[in-house]
Parts: sequence; structure tokens; C-alpha cells
Amino acid sequence: MEQKDLGTYAQNTWCPGCGNFAILNAIKTVLGELNAEGLPLENVVLVSGIGCHAKIVDYINVNSFYSIHGRVTPAAEAIRLGDPKMKVIGFAGDGDAYGEGIEHLIFAAKRNIDITMVIHNNRVYGLTTGQYTPTSPQGYRGRSTPEGTKELPINPLELMLASGATYLGRGTSHGIELLKKLFKEAILHKGFSLVDVLQVCVTYFNMYEYYDKRVYELKDHNPLDYQQALNKIREWDYNRDARIALGTFYKRGSPTFEEGFFKQAVPPPERMEKIRLILESSI
Amino acid sequence: MNEVSFLIGGKAGFGIDKSGTVIAGILNRMGYRIYIYRDYPSLIRGGHTFSIIRASKTRVACHLNKVDIILALNQDTFNFHKARLKEDSLIISDSDVVKIEGVSNRVIGIPITGMVKEENAAEIMRNTCVIGALCKAAGISWDILDEIFRKEFTKEIDINLKIARRGFDAAREEKRIEGLGQAPLAMLTGNQAAGLGLIRGGLKTYISYPMTPSSPILHFLAEMAPDFGLKVIHPESEIGVVLMALGASYMGERVAVGTSGGGFCLMTEGLSFSGMSELPVVFIVGQRPGPSTGLPTYSAQTELHFVLNAGQGEFVRLVVAPADPEEAYYWSAVSLALSQKYQIPGIILTDKNMGEGTFNFDLSSMGEIREEPPLLWDRKSEYKRYLDTENGVSPLAFVPDRNAIVKVNSYEHDEYGITAEDQQITTRMNDKRLRKATYLAKDLEGYPCVKTYGNKDSSTVLLCWGSNKGVCVEAAERSGLKVVQPLVLWPFPVKQFQDALQGVKKLICVENNATGQLTRLLKAQGFGTDKQILKYDGRPFSLDELQERLSGV
Repeated sequence: MEQKDLGTYAQNTWCPGCGNFAILNAIKTVLGELNAEGLPLENVVLVSGIGCHAKIVDYINVNSFYSIHGRVTPAAEAIRLGDPKMKVIGFAGDGDAYGEGIEHLIFAAKRNIDITMVIHNNRVYGLTTGQYTPTSPQGYRGRSTPEGTKELPINPLELMLASGATYLGRGTSHGIELLKKLFKEAILHKGFSLVDVLQVCVTYFNMYEYYDKRVYELKDHNPLDYQQALNKIREWDYNRDARIALGTFYKRGSPTFEEGFFKQAVPPPERMEKIRLILESSI
Repeated sequence: MNEVSFLIGGKAGFGIDKSGTVIAGILNRMGYRIYIYRDYPSLIRGGHTFSIIRASKTRVACHLNKVDIILALNQDTFNFHKARLKEDSLIISDSDVVKIEGVSNRVIGIPITGMVKEENAAEIMRNTCVIGALCKAAGISWDILDEIFRKEFTKEIDINLKIARRGFDAAREEKRIEGLGQAPLAMLTGNQAAGLGLIRGGLKTYISYPMTPSSPILHFLAEMAPDFGLKVIHPESEIGVVLMALGASYMGERVAVGTSGGGFCLMTEGLSFSGMSELPVVFIVGQRPGPSTGLPTYSAQTELHFVLNAGQGEFVRLVVAPADPEEAYYWSAVSLALSQKYQIPGIILTDKNMGEGTFNFDLSSMGEIREEPPLLWDRKSEYKRYLDTENGVSPLAFVPDRNAIVKVNSYEHDEYGITAEDQQITTRMNDKRLRKATYLAKDLEGYPCVKTYGNKDSSTVLLCWGSNKGVCVEAAERSGLKVVQPLVLWPFPVKQFQDALQGVKKLICVENNATGQLTRLLKAQGFGTDKQILKYDGRPFSLDELQERLSGV
């Protein structure tokens, strides 16, 4: 499968200035590069959940699985388990992956299954018109919390590190070059990889200026060092004002879940013979 | 002797379940047809658990309340079950711990606890001792016991045989059970048969979160996985289960999941997704009494309307309810094939009675299982995952395919699988998906969707579905009635059902629920019923109980 432009005829319905465009453009570029480097595009499946982010699969002309809210990860895992050639990239919102579907994300990290999760973390529910999410800062006033949220956000990277993820990165929708680098690294990483993208919702939670003032790229950071990774991940807790590090926090080689799963099916005649043997042994 | 029933009871952890299998194995070896009813509470150690093993000259699929021999390893077994004794019933007990009082039955009391201690054996081996005593009491030769023990006990066979011999030598012959000379048949639980049927149907992947009464399918298939090249996965939750199944289905794998009502609740969003995305998945739903946690280790037929209606939106599904292991095998294979052929969810309704009961299984009685190859993409025109066709079934391509882009979608979508909210596309795609029901129903006309038994000329019919068939057939045979059993419940096999009711005047519906779920389904199909016999105490009808209830109507 060779394509110059990975686009489709679907009309893009994201708001002008939406952070999702950066993710869309970055992933298209990365897929093009990987394709040029020898990855057949038919070996790629994109999975998405429900929310603004999820439309991304309609806009890219490769295999896709448009799942339901919170359920990107388990579908992506099973697709990966279906064929050792597959590169499975899951796209999910913060409400999707860190809220409704958090159990699946923790377990996928725990299994170190070789899939890539890209989280469109705009820290607000967009498509349902502006409610708080698991990563909204405390006090966030949304339509379901007009007095401001009383709970603290989770730090998803800290949670993923604790769960056993073997690649963790963070970028922003104002930094497409870094996104490309992180996506490519994550896709090529053997094991569970997650890139948290501080993707801005221009309509309900415009954080462009806030992020622009605080972000910096990690330098002299050793991603093989768990403690360094944890320290950098904890530098900003998604709540208090702090410097926000971007880049590759953590990267570790480790056995993956799917090894040993790719077995040949038994052909029907042999299958029937084995069934007969089982029945005989039950007499 | 044409038939004999045994009850063995004790605490959970005594090995009661295993003993039931061994006793059934011995009788099976002697040419009897067997059935085991298992009754156990939801705990790991203690409580009261028992099995009733029924052995008969002809095939049986239900138990009797009255039993011929009680094997009592503790006092509770005698106290709780003495009402099951007939005048000539025999009690074999561990005289060290059981006191038999207030009955005039013959008793063989053996100091089993002491014997096991003398041999320095584990307490659990009391059951091998009582089986030894049973064989002597029933005039069953030591050779048969020896043979079955060597098959059933792979570990510590010598000590097990030694202890059984102590029981054998200490007992006396009281109630001779003669061999029948019939060739023995395989013995399977409904759950094992469903698992084998899935394998027969080309299962590649089985995904399940443990839940009684379907966990044994997960255990069985996990054991079979290396031999058959299966993927068996136990993920984080039933939601994870169903979404993984949909992912596997997308990859072209024949995939099934197993659960009970509570787990199926969590799966319904995935069920609806299966309907919309046209990704086939087979769901085994083992029924147990509800609502909510209900009685986890007991049985019911309460999920018929749940599975018929579960999931938001309107979509086609196949619902079948096998009654015994042979039907479970057949319909598991068929459901996998038809579900993939029509790209729809298939639901197999079982229950604890069928799933965990042990029955004889005869592969040769089953008839041919038709191959139903799925419609594959012809590779000539551009691939459209949701191509609108005459029967609504779109040709399949599976990733990775160099020439096809496969896009599936939970949103309404166009033929390529790209999201669409257009009115015309919405109507057209609904029609496309729903049209499949007509063709599926036509296909099902070639399958035994409704079966009849008993006196075919009787104008009174016992209607039943699922595991009640066994007890209904036997009751009908004894009282000259006819039995009609719909096996496929959706799409409802109207024509076959009408044919089965030719000349029938009175319909009595027998169900293990409180509200008459089959009656309600039949009413919606335009069939009225006359009487209902309902039981909803978590236990199946015994033959004697159903006969008594029948005499009341």
C-alpha cells in the first residue's frame, strides 16, 4: 500500500486552532516516514475512542477501529495479539483513557503489550461541552462543576510509570517537531508506550499561553533511569504552577505480553481427530 | 436393575465433586447411562455440598429426589437428605463421625476417619474409602474400581487404592448392581461440551473474566489452548473481555466470550458495538438466579429477555439455548459459523444445571454440522467494509491486506466505514444491517431450531427451553405427553414452531423463572400458552417434582 497523502474525503470538523491538528499532522508525517523506511501501511491499525480526538481515524486513510468511549486500549491489545506484524496506535482523550477507560490503560501498561497510546490530553471534555476531566486542575469550573472541582487531578505519567509502562513521553500541540519525534520513538518502542499530549481545546480550555510560558524540553535526562524519570514526572503534578518538562521521560526494554501468543491454528481434520481423543479419554 | 441413584455429600473441600465423577465413571463403565446433578454453596471450605448421580439403562438428563444409596461423610449429609430415602435405600456412612438415627434403613457403617488416619493418608481420601465400600455393597468388582481410579487419580494412586481397598474389605454386599453390557459413552459437562463445540466451529480466541457458572469453560479452553493453537485470555474485566473480543474479530479470528448475567451487563455496550460495527462475537451466557449477585452457584432461566433486548439501538442477533452437552456442542459450533457468516453477535444461553451437570455425550448422534463459510472480498473492486448488498452482508477483508483499507466504526458510517450523520446514509445502513435477519431466518430453516419428543400424537404439550428439556422429556414419556423445545429463540423459528404445534390443544410451559419468560416471548410471536409450571428456587426440577406439579394442572 503506497499513498502520498494519507488523507480521506471526510470533512474535518475540529474547531479552528484545535490542538488535534498538530497530532493529526505529526502522525501523518511519522506514518509517511515509517512507510518510506519500510513499514507497510497495511500493517498499521489506528484505534480511537469517542470524543473530538476520535475523529482522527476518519481523517487518515489507513486501517482503523473507531471504538467506543474509554475502550481504545483493549481493542488495540487484541489487534496486536492478532498478528506479530501489526503496529497498533491508539488515540484517546483524557476523559476516555484516564477516566472511563483507566482500568484498561493500567492493565495494558502492566502487561507491557506492544501498542502505542497517544493521549489527546486537553484536560476538558470538549464534545460534551466543557466538563472537568481526571486531569483538570483543582477548582476547574465546568458545566458540571460550576463551583469548581473539589478533587485534585491525577498525574497520568506517574500512574503509568507505576503500572509498568516501558515508554513514557510528553509533548504539546504547540510543538509538532517534538510530537513527531515522540510518536516515532513510541511506535518503534517494543512494549507499551504512551505519549501524553498537552493538546489544547481552544473553545473550552485554552491553555496555549499557560503552557508556552512553562514548558521546556528535557536535556541531560537519562530515560533509562527510573528515579530520574519519576522525579521529572513529579516536577509538575497537573495542578500547581511549575515548569513542565517535555520529551522522553522513560524508556526500558522488557519482555512483552504477546510473545508466545502467535500460534498456528490446528487444521480441521486434525482438530476433529483431537476432539475424538478427548471424548475417548472421558469414557 | 434399570436404574439407581446415589447421593454423596459432605463439606466443600471433601472431594465430593470428584467422588461423583468417579462413581459415575464406574457406572458408565458398567454400561449405565449417567447424569450428575451438583449442588454446592458459594464458599471454598465448609458448608454442605452434594452430588446426585443417576445411572439408568436409557439416556437420562435429570435427577430424582429419592435416592437408592446415600454416602454420608458427615452428619449433615444424613440429616439434610434422610427425606430422600426410600424404604429399601441403603446408607453407607463414616461411623466415626456420623450417627444414623430415626430411620429403619439398612446401614453400612465403616470407621473411615480412623482407617484414613491409620494409613497416614490425607483426610480428603475418606471419599476413596467410601467409594470402595460402595463397590463392595453394590457387588461391583474390584477390577472396575481399580480401572476407573487409575484413570481419575493421576497422583497418589497407590495410597488411594489402598484406602479404597480398606473400605471395600470392610463392607458387605447389600444391594447388587449388575452390569448392563452396553458400551460406555463419553461423559462431559455442558461447559466442556460448549468448549469443544467452539473448537469444532473453528474457535481461535476465547476471552473471559471468571464468573460462575461459566468459569469452567475458561479453565477447559485454557487447558486445551496449546493443543489446538488457541488464544485464551483472562483480562481485567468483562468490559475488557468484550472489547478485546471485538479487536480479535476485526483481525478475522473466530472469537467467543463466556460469562453470566452480571458480567453480561458489563458487556452490553460491546454487544451493541458488535451490532453496529458488524464484528461477530459469540457470547456464552451461563444463567444463575438474580437479580444482582443472586445465588451465584445455583441455576435459573432468567436472562432470556435480557439477552434478547440487551444493548442500545436496533440490531440483529442470534440467540440459542441448548439443553444438554450434545446440543451445546452442536450450537456452539453453529453459532460461531452463523455469527461470522452474518457478521452479527451470537448468544448461547446456558445455565448452571447444564453447564456444570455431567451427561453422556455421543458424537455420532449429532448429525452433520454444516460448514457456513463467510463471504470474502473478491479483490476485484475497491474494498468497502460496509458495502451495501442484497442480503446486507458485506464481503470481508482482514488486515493486513495490501489492497484493502479496513475501517470499522461504532458511529453510524458510510460504506467505507467513515462516520456519517447524513439522513439517507443512516436509513440505508440501518436497512442494510437489519435486512440480515430475514436471510439468517431463512438459513435457520435448514437447522433443527425446534425439537419435539415424547408422544407425538398427544394434544397436550410441555413447552420448555434450555436445561429443562431433560426432565420434561422424561416426564412426558411417562405420562404420554408431547414435548416441544425451541432451541433457537431469535430470530424466532415461527414456521418450525407452528409445525411442531400441529394438532395441539393445550400448552403447558415449564420454566426455571418466576415470570414465564418463554410464555412472554411466545405471546409476542402470536402463540398463547394455557398453563405455566414455574420454579425459581435456584434448583432444577427433579423428575418426581415435575410429575407432581404436572398432576396439579
